[in-house]
Amino acid sequence: MQGVADNTIRREIPRQTFRSLAWRRFLRHRLALAGTVIVVAIVLMAVFAPWLAPHDPNHVDIMLAREGPSSGHPLGSDLVGRDVLSRLIFGARVSLSVGLLAVGVYVVIGLILGCVAGYFGGWVDMIVSRLVDAVLSFPSLMLILVIVGLLGPSVLNIILVLGFLGWPEMARIVRGQTLAVREELYVLSSEAAGAPSGRIVFKDILPNIMSPVIVNATFGVARAILIEAGLSFLGMGVQPPTASWGNMLNDAQSLSILETMPWMWVPPGLMIFIATISINFMGDGLRDALDPKLN
Amino acid sequence: MSDFVEAKSPVLSLRGLTTVFKTDLGVVKAVDGLDLDLPAGATLGIVGESGCGKSTVGLSIMRLIPEPPGRIACGEMLFEGEDLTKLSNREMRFVRGNKISMIFQEPMTSLNPVLRIGEILSGVIRAHQKVPRKMAWEKSIEALDKVRIPSPHIRINDYPHEMSGGMRQRVMIALAICCDPGLIIADEPTTALDVTIQAQILSLLGRIKKALGTSIILITHDLGVIAENTEKVAVMYAGRLMECAETEALFDSPLHPYTQGLVLTVPRLGSRKEKQSRLNVIPGLVPNLLSLGPGCHFADRCNQVMEVCWRQKPEICMQDEKHLVRCWRYA
Repeated sequence: MQGVADNTIRREIPRQTFRSLAWRRFLRHRLALAGTVIVVAIVLMAVFAPWLAPHDPNHVDIMLAREGPSSGHPLGSDLVGRDVLSRLIFGARVSLSVGLLAVGVYVVIGLILGCVAGYFGGWVDMIVSRLVDAVLSFPSLMLILVIVGLLGPSVLNIILVLGFLGWPEMARIVRGQTLAVREELYVLSSEAAGAPSGRIVFKDILPNIMSPVIVNATFGVARAILIEAGLSFLGMGVQPPTASWGNMLNDAQSLSILETMPWMWVPPGLMIFIATISINFMGDGLRDALDPKLN
Repeated sequence: MSDFVEAKSPVLSLRGLTTVFKTDLGVVKAVDGLDLDLPAGATLGIVGESGCGKSTVGLSIMRLIPEPPGRIACGEMLFEGEDLTKLSNREMRFVRGNKISMIFQEPMTSLNPVLRIGEILSGVIRAHQKVPRKMAWEKSIEALDKVRIPSPHIRINDYPHEMSGGMRQRVMIALAICCDPGLIIADEPTTALDVTIQAQILSLLGRIKKALGTSIILITHDLGVIAENTEKVAVMYAGRLMECAETEALFDSPLHPYTQGLVLTVPRLGSRKEKQSRLNVIPGLVPNLLSLGPGCHFADRCNQVMEVCWRQKPEICMQDEKHLVRCWRYA
């Protein structure tokens, strides 16, 4: 009987889960909200690119080369007469997929190595930590250029290179968090209950360290987009005819274009800026929302 | 009661258990040559001041001493005829939670905040028994029912933060009994709870012991808890066993000066009439385990200290069949 009464009372109080609290904190963060809206818009743009783009992004029309903005081509056309707006829309696909997949690769590597090092400690930790130090002490831009040069520049290779060079920082964060969470009493009580170490790592530790991982991954996406743009600008990234914001900027290496044909380089430059700053704002909001110390 | 204790062979025997911790300043013997028997189906209380090694005994039995810096240096721990110190880590994992389980002091932080109660419970059940998910869930509800959580089929979906401290400690007990262990180690299970909840939790443990025939080791610094809930008591001081007897005998005639002091420190109602307006204390502090003398560790606080106490370590001596004491006065 007492139990029944208990339930009726409980139904009236909305559940204050961590998620609902974090969500509300996130919504209060205006910049983060604005950033998220823009990021969602860019994602939609990338997904629906074939329907949104007014022209085929790779269609070359020499007659149109270097034309300024017009009603048929709102952002004008590039050196070989491809529609800039269409290339801009399709370029979002490259930037986002490089950002997300490269970060996806290094989050997985970082989580596994960091967790294993932090939880098991001892010589495993020694090896992982030294590996982290070693990879972090490579001059990364040079390494990226060399590897891309050897493997040949392509979207897949850039993703792989960024993924395999980005994990040490993530592994370090995960290791530190794991060391802290490992000392929690609920881990000890799981051990005392005879839970296998796999369960302890995946159920007790991983979910409790995800907040900083998510935040760091968000910033990582922005950084990967920037690096891709930089590589493509240098001609070591995504190769034409595939459009990417970075290789559209490549055209701007010539001074005459820089001075007289701003429609070719201002839009991709702006897109890179807007995308990275929006993602960074989103990351800031996530960091504030997910920080348990702000509860 | 004495027949009850006598009749069965011990479920757990510690022989010379020594657990050490390596610190920057030297090696500390947190538990020093402990001999202890736990009769089957009984509750053994381990009592002592903070830092006397009570909790280390519990963690040693579970083989959960953080290693390094800790280590079980020597000794035997015979549980149901098997020496726990000789088990592999894998074998030990099947003992933990299945044959021996442990309840901790802090119910507020002992449950993973991101898992529902049911996920925690059924996870433990599935770690030890090959049962389908659904059956583990049913068993979890049963376990919650056993610890008298109202409407367990609804509470099983709660997150830990949706429960009070007393409720969480009940969940911890459910966790401890869900695989029918032979021994439950309760390390200060009620210290973090208020007094009424404390009484409920202790009587729950008592009922579970009777219903399931489980033996219990109750680690506490509260002599009142010991007096009401145990059949046998071990008094520890600075890592050593000082006195061990059946509960009644220990409270009726404490032999060791330390035990006598402890019993006297319990405030009694009406003591003002005896013109005693201040509480009794044992003067001094627990000694630093790094700088122990060659003699009895209690010597500097003892009111009956003799010259030999400073020079030589007293051995355990049998005062009568069930009353052991480590003191030169009885040697």
